[in-house]
Amino acid sequence: MEGEERAVATQTRESRSGRRRFLKTLGAGAATLLALEVLESTARPAEAAPAAPPAALPAERPQEDVLLRMQRDLQRALRKPAHLRRWAMVIDLRKCVGCSACTIACVAENKLPPGVVYRPVVDEEIGTYPHVTRRFIPRPCMQCDNPPCVPVCPVNATYKRADGIVAINYDQCIGCRYCIVACPYNARTFDAGEHYTDGTPERSPVEEVPNFEYGKPWKREGDASPVGNARKCHFCLHRLEAGMLPECVTSCIGRATYFGDAEDPEALVSELMHRPNAVRLKEELGTKPRVYYLL
Amino acid sequence: MRRLLYLVWLVAFGLGLWGVGERLVFGHRLAAYGSYVVWGLWVSVYIYLIGLSAGAFLLSSLVYVFRVERLERIGKLALFTAVVTLLTALLSIWFDLGHMERFYRVYTSPNFRSMMAWMIWLYTAYFLVLLGEAYLAFRPDLVRWSQEAGRSRLQRTVARWLTLGRTSLEPDVLERERKVLQVLATVGVPLAVAFHGGVGALFATVSAKLYWHQSIVPILFLTGALVSGGGLLTAVVAFAWPQRDGEYRELVSLLGRVLLLLVAVDVLLEWAEFSIPLWYGTSPEGHLLQVVLFGPYWWVFWVLHLGLGTLVPVVLLVLRPRDPAAVGWAGLLVAATFLSVRLNLVIPAQIEPALRGLERAFTGPRLVFSYVPSVHEWLVTLFVLATTAALLWLGARFLPLMETEVA
Repeated sequence: MEGEERAVATQTRESRSGRRRFLKTLGAGAATLLALEVLESTARPAEAAPAAPPAALPAERPQEDVLLRMQRDLQRALRKPAHLRRWAMVIDLRKCVGCSACTIACVAENKLPPGVVYRPVVDEEIGTYPHVTRRFIPRPCMQCDNPPCVPVCPVNATYKRADGIVAINYDQCIGCRYCIVACPYNARTFDAGEHYTDGTPERSPVEEVPNFEYGKPWKREGDASPVGNARKCHFCLHRLEAGMLPECVTSCIGRATYFGDAEDPEALVSELMHRPNAVRLKEELGTKPRVYYLL
Repeated sequence: MRRLLYLVWLVAFGLGLWGVGERLVFGHRLAAYGSYVVWGLWVSVYIYLIGLSAGAFLLSSLVYVFRVERLERIGKLALFTAVVTLLTALLSIWFDLGHMERFYRVYTSPNFRSMMAWMIWLYTAYFLVLLGEAYLAFRPDLVRWSQEAGRSRLQRTVARWLTLGRTSLEPDVLERERKVLQVLATVGVPLAVAFHGGVGALFATVSAKLYWHQSIVPILFLTGALVSGGGLLTAVVAFAWPQRDGEYRELVSLLGRVLLLLVAVDVLLEWAEFSIPLWYGTSPEGHLLQVVLFGPYWWVFWVLHLGLGTLVPVVLLVLRPRDPAAVGWAGLLVAATFLSVRLNLVIPAQIEPALRGLERAFTGPRLVFSYVPSVHEWLVTLFVLATTAALLWLGARFLPLMETEVA
């Protein structure tokens, strides 16, 4: 709860100070923020310009938290032109304890309403007593290289970006939900316009503030998008472009989720995704997911 | 009897209006479909009605393309039914859209890799052909109606408007129009096959749903269209035809035989649809067919579809082929219960989680793999069906739908 509140406060502050920040940024020349503002005015925002990392990180040290390495990987990727990055995710199932922190962190980050979930953790019980085990499979969007959800869209509202992310243009989506039935991973959900506080006297603040998906503030009010749209995980594109790792990666208590640029041979994900124990879900469909699982 | 029907219609329409009001005020919040079962009753009603349209149209081609003279008298009725059911089908799917106000984007920014875009563009072309054809088919009778003293003033005015000012009944003009009509009707046949096959392909091309991903699905859509459209036309002719002479009995009996043949073909294809995946019990989509046959909604298949929608009509058509009432009831049963076939196509495909255990992963009322339409959804559907009935009734009142003389 505390984490959620903090996220709310941060976002509110950010949305209020948008213009001031813009002017300040111009003056100071802080490249990240500038890029963010420029991005806001373009149709397919985050793809437009490369963002520079916000701050220098400490030098590499033995035994350091793997998040620091991924943060450095991310900074390296962000220095490249956007079309040369290929984001990928690796999830080590041996390390996942099924705490669902990533699911909830994602809900908080993207202000997800009831019925919408980007990264559930599938909890499977295997065997019978006394030989019972459990297997946890976090399931983000696979960001397929051959995505079945993209060609079915009748109005070109969903598309594959050069950096590998399958994005949705909320303002274009007509809400037919064809992409939702076409996804072989059930990774897309429908925003029916509900709130967790429906039927209570007051809206929770987390439901009032906008989320920043695709680098633009989206306030869920009435029937306005993203209400009525298909929604899905986008690897926290808005965070990536601001130099931050996806929320599910930073919130993983077991450090079981890895993220980075698969085009960068130095990146941790490039190392892990080519291990012999790396598999992808429903490989036989030919969807070519960008999410790998380590068994 | 007539008064009772009007009363039933009024109640249905009133309730339907309430449902539409709810839809406009509450959006999708009162609907029972969610994030996993995303297509429900409204999509099923859409493919049901659009199937009726394609079926009625294809039967009208027997008159306007293949010149089957014995069916000549139902040509206009079939065309009008096709127009009405297409319009109300679109009404049903329009309510289903997440953003109803953006529907025009399927025309302004289409993606022609999408089977849905193809379907929409094809039925738009089909609609234009249908309108042109209906105009030409109705015009001579409309001109006559607008001049007939026996008609009410309103009927004459409506008829005059619908002629669009072309009042000539010269033989050479009529002959020319008949030729254009035949061309349009001929173009319409492949168009109707393509667009309704396209509705089937919209489902069949989705490889994520094995239950839909079968080559036979688009074919089943076409036979289903013919069966349900044929049933509806048979019922309308049997119950609403103005004259009750020998010719009427001949016509109904012929329609009954056509319907029996269509039902037989449909049953054969359905046998293929079910028996092949189920035969050895090892097919990946087999257990979904098992759910259809023996799951909690087994009666939708056995009672509604197979019993009331197939067996009873076949018995009626075989035992009483020359009894217009029996044939009419057979047609009505076939047409009305066909919604069960559509529901059994749309829903079961979505009740299976893509990954085992996903149903327990992150739960909520909309994150479930089961679906029963809510009262709200039924109310909106009532509106769509009541509107269909009203338009058909208005047509019978103000259009020469069942005129006997043919120009």
